[in-house]
Amino acid sequence: MQVPAFFEYQRATSVEHVVTLLERFGPEARIVAGGHSLIPMMKLRLAQPELLVDVNDLHELSGISVSEGELRIGALTRHAELLASPVAGEHFPILHDAERVIADPVVRNRGTIGGSVCQADPSEDLSGVFTSLRAVAVVRGTGGDRTVPMREFFHGPYETAVRPAEILVELRVPLRPGAGSAYVKVDRRAGDWAVAAAGAVVSLDADGVVTEVGIGLTAVGDADFTAVEAEDLLRGRVADDDAFAAAGAAAAEHCRPTADQRGPVDYKRHLAGELTVRALRAATARAHRGGFPE
Amino acid sequence: MTGTVEGCAGPGFGSVPRKEDGRFVRGRGRFVDDIALPGMLHGAVLRSPYAHARIRSVDATAAESHPKVRAVITGETLAARGMAWMPTFSHDVAAVLATDKVRYQGQEVAFVVADDRYAARDALALIDVDYEPLPPVADARRSLDEGAPVIRDDIADRTDNHVFDWETGDAGATEALFARAAHVSECDLVYPRVHPAPLETCGTVADFDRISGKLTVHTTAQAPHAHRMLYARIAGIPEHHIRIIAPDIGGGFGNKVGMYPGYLCAVVGSILTGAPVKWVEDRSENLMSTSFARDFHMHGEIAADADGHILALRVSVLADHGAFNATAQPSKFPAGFFGVFTGSYDIAAAHCRVTGVYTNKAPGGVAYACSFRVTEAVYLVERLVDVLARDTGRDPAELRMANLLTPDRFPFRSATGWEYDSGDYPRALRTALDMVGYEEVRAEQKQRRVAFERTGHGPLTGVGMSVFTEAVGAGPRRLMDIMGLGMADGAELRVHPTGPAVLRLSCMSQGQGHETTFAQIVSHELGLPVDAVEVVQGDTDNTPFGLGTYGSRSTPVSGAAASVAAGKVREQARQVAAVMLEVAADDLRWDVGTGGPEGGSFSVKGVPGVSVTLREIAMAAHGGLDLPDGVEGQLAASTVYNPPNLTFPFGAYVCVVDVDPGTGEVDVRRFVAVDDCGVRINPMIVEGQIHGGLADGIGMALMELVAFDDDGNHLSASFMDYLLPTAMECPPWELAATVTPSPHHPLGAKGVGESATVGSPPAVVNAVLDAIGVRHADMPLTPAHVWRALQGRPIRPDIAIR
Repeated sequence: MQVPAFFEYQRATSVEHVVTLLERFGPEARIVAGGHSLIPMMKLRLAQPELLVDVNDLHELSGISVSEGELRIGALTRHAELLASPVAGEHFPILHDAERVIADPVVRNRGTIGGSVCQADPSEDLSGVFTSLRAVAVVRGTGGDRTVPMREFFHGPYETAVRPAEILVELRVPLRPGAGSAYVKVDRRAGDWAVAAAGAVVSLDADGVVTEVGIGLTAVGDADFTAVEAEDLLRGRVADDDAFAAAGAAAAEHCRPTADQRGPVDYKRHLAGELTVRALRAATARAHRGGFPE
Repeated sequence: MTGTVEGCAGPGFGSVPRKEDGRFVRGRGRFVDDIALPGMLHGAVLRSPYAHARIRSVDATAAESHPKVRAVITGETLAARGMAWMPTFSHDVAAVLATDKVRYQGQEVAFVVADDRYAARDALALIDVDYEPLPPVADARRSLDEGAPVIRDDIADRTDNHVFDWETGDAGATEALFARAAHVSECDLVYPRVHPAPLETCGTVADFDRISGKLTVHTTAQAPHAHRMLYARIAGIPEHHIRIIAPDIGGGFGNKVGMYPGYLCAVVGSILTGAPVKWVEDRSENLMSTSFARDFHMHGEIAADADGHILALRVSVLADHGAFNATAQPSKFPAGFFGVFTGSYDIAAAHCRVTGVYTNKAPGGVAYACSFRVTEAVYLVERLVDVLARDTGRDPAELRMANLLTPDRFPFRSATGWEYDSGDYPRALRTALDMVGYEEVRAEQKQRRVAFERTGHGPLTGVGMSVFTEAVGAGPRRLMDIMGLGMADGAELRVHPTGPAVLRLSCMSQGQGHETTFAQIVSHELGLPVDAVEVVQGDTDNTPFGLGTYGSRSTPVSGAAASVAAGKVREQARQVAAVMLEVAADDLRWDVGTGGPEGGSFSVKGVPGVSVTLREIAMAAHGGLDLPDGVEGQLAASTVYNPPNLTFPFGAYVCVVDVDPGTGEVDVRRFVAVDDCGVRINPMIVEGQIHGGLADGIGMALMELVAFDDDGNHLSASFMDYLLPTAMECPPWELAATVTPSPHHPLGAKGVGESATVGSPPAVVNAVLDAIGVRHADMPLTPAHVWRALQGRPIRPDIAIR
């Protein structure tokens, strides 16, 4: 029978209230937003928090805007809002690519961006997306805000840079005029976690040379969801199929997948390469050579 | 020669909206978990974390001292009542709560009864079980190895994990044809373990009245009357003191045929506490412990002459039955109806040998719309025919067409002794090929293949088909029984004085729309409006005895019973009408009318304008009319229908897929399904059944799987791991019907509930393998399986991926 163990519940009235509660209850307190990961874990009693701090009333944590050269996504923004956001899609089509294949409409209506990245599931789509985008997380605690690059955010499966008495408030993505981006995923069924997935963000100069590139990988064992070697290999090269193939080979070589019912290691390694190539190809097709006048 | 008619004829028949949907679409269905009785307590099951372990001790003291706990039931509690073990449907026993050993992960060890479900769950953690882990048998192919752990050491003198050997067909005749065959193809195929996974899990509210001694069980039962007998036998409560009530059921697919420990523990819990006890399993419990389906490891051989005529089939099967042999099937058929494996083809000889084995896995095996293992049989033959086509360079459609049974062969006695009632297979296949545009699809496939070979990029297109023959509607009771209960169904029909009727059935809908279809049968026979016929089912105190709904048997058996009962009522009405009109009964002519509230009518032959309606007759039959001897008055009849044979629905399916060779992803682009289930009473309901079954087929072919690791851990215990297909994986179904009536069913109908589940998996698998040019790979063809098949290293599905 799947019913959670006893827990207390508080509906937070402000971000400061959240931080105060987290500090008072310590590591046995958990923030609940969409609840799509935490509640099932509680029902299976894999998680038994003493206190749930409900942040769903904190509208200041929601919303998507462009400010100071950054796309800013509030932690409480729902997947469906990000998917429907023209400004997000205009700057970073990768966000819409990914949101289209995250779970299903019911989950996307309630699940939040912050909850997804803070859960730090090894197969989380948005993890690879935000690392490829070189996004920055804004985290608030008693000492105020601090920022953490998303490439340093993940400390292992289900572990992040967010400390027990802190809350993720926002993700900031630096705008890259003219950059192209894309996300490709293989799953066994609509709504399933990724067998493997890759995200790519590509900036090109007027000659089609890659000036900057971000490659995120999901579900293939990269602790920081990033194919750094592939990025290094690609930067400074003309964005063509040969370069993509080389980057794909590097991504495949350096990932560390484990076998599970989604697939054996050789297949996942193959996918890391194949999907890196496909994501790069799609991102490049969306990029504007020589940047893009704002 | 089988008569063939177009369309579905008959008053009352047609695609009328389902009567039950009025409540379902409003969220007003009433399922077991909706039931709340005064003072009701809640049960929870403690389950084994091990696949195989000896139980040294079970200490429930701490749980019993929980303030909200009313009772803790252990194997010892049950043993004291003689209930620690229960009989299975297959001549074996199964543990209710484990006493000596646990034999699969998730097996029931203890049952807590508490004031609420939270406390019941909390108390499970307070029960201390001391296990001594034992090596498990997780791989069926190692189960008969020398020195394999003996799972069933509860059975005296047992030294291995062998359950049974069974064979059918003529080994000698088959051998002779193989010896002179120009070509023989062989193939190893696994039909992996899958699960029916109804959206509503199993559950019960057991309510034992200490004063009257009466036990009322509200439960998810596809076979309420069979369940009543089981409770009587296991719990020792006389059958007339047991009432089984099955409320709305949210899907069964065979999952809700069997008896489960949770049901029995709830009964004992109610007896011990004097209060009603509810137990509803969660998703993991359902997937881990209730009856699974399939798990057949098959080796097939097919022999053909030089012209591609199939001569003979030979099959050997290793059947993984789990820890207890509890397959739910007619007791004389240890491999179910697998014997129909010669399928839709004219095959002179066939032989099959099945060996059943115990493993440290949950029991079951016959479930998930399998028609008692016709799924496995159809998959085997339809895969083998494709393999033969590939090996001999023939087109699979042409090869099938050349070997299909032709209509003039019916009734047809197969090489393994099954008598097919009627069929026109070539017409069904021709229709399906025309609908899909076979030549065009093949041309497109060729283009795609050429493009792939030039560029290295997909997609690759594949076309797969199956021409399946189903075998449904068990009995006759002479041959088929469940625990000694012959497979015949009762029905009772009563027409009330003012005209409307009530039909009482032994079968039980789990979503099939019985309330509508069976009302249409009465409407067809008596001319009453469909809405004027109330259908009562699922309550053993208010329905006649019968075997229940599974194996697509409701329409073939209970539907026939309803028709016969209505015919009897009509003949009673004729006698009454004769008195009313003062003529001889033989001078009356029946006119079924147009389905108005008056019902049909009897008129005097040759005398226009002199008639009485069924409604007038009903009132007269209950009134003061002076009826002759032998006419009792009132309008009511009951019957027991013992089917003379199974019905054999069939169909031809064609599936078109695109495969991305770079990732192994499969897109089912088209699915054409031509089904022939004889006369269609409600074509909309039939099509709904087919839609569901086709989705099942895509699920099994592409994603559904219950696998186990080396320790016997169940790897598919949630819907994140056991994948059901969604609308995203299902193409718009392209359906068509041919109608070949059953010659022995009173309405010409055949069962259809499982046809698509049976027929579709091979079509999908054949299509995927056709696309990638691989001879064989096992289901489920997930992206990883497809990619590895392309690499020439297919994945074995039943064990953990390494």
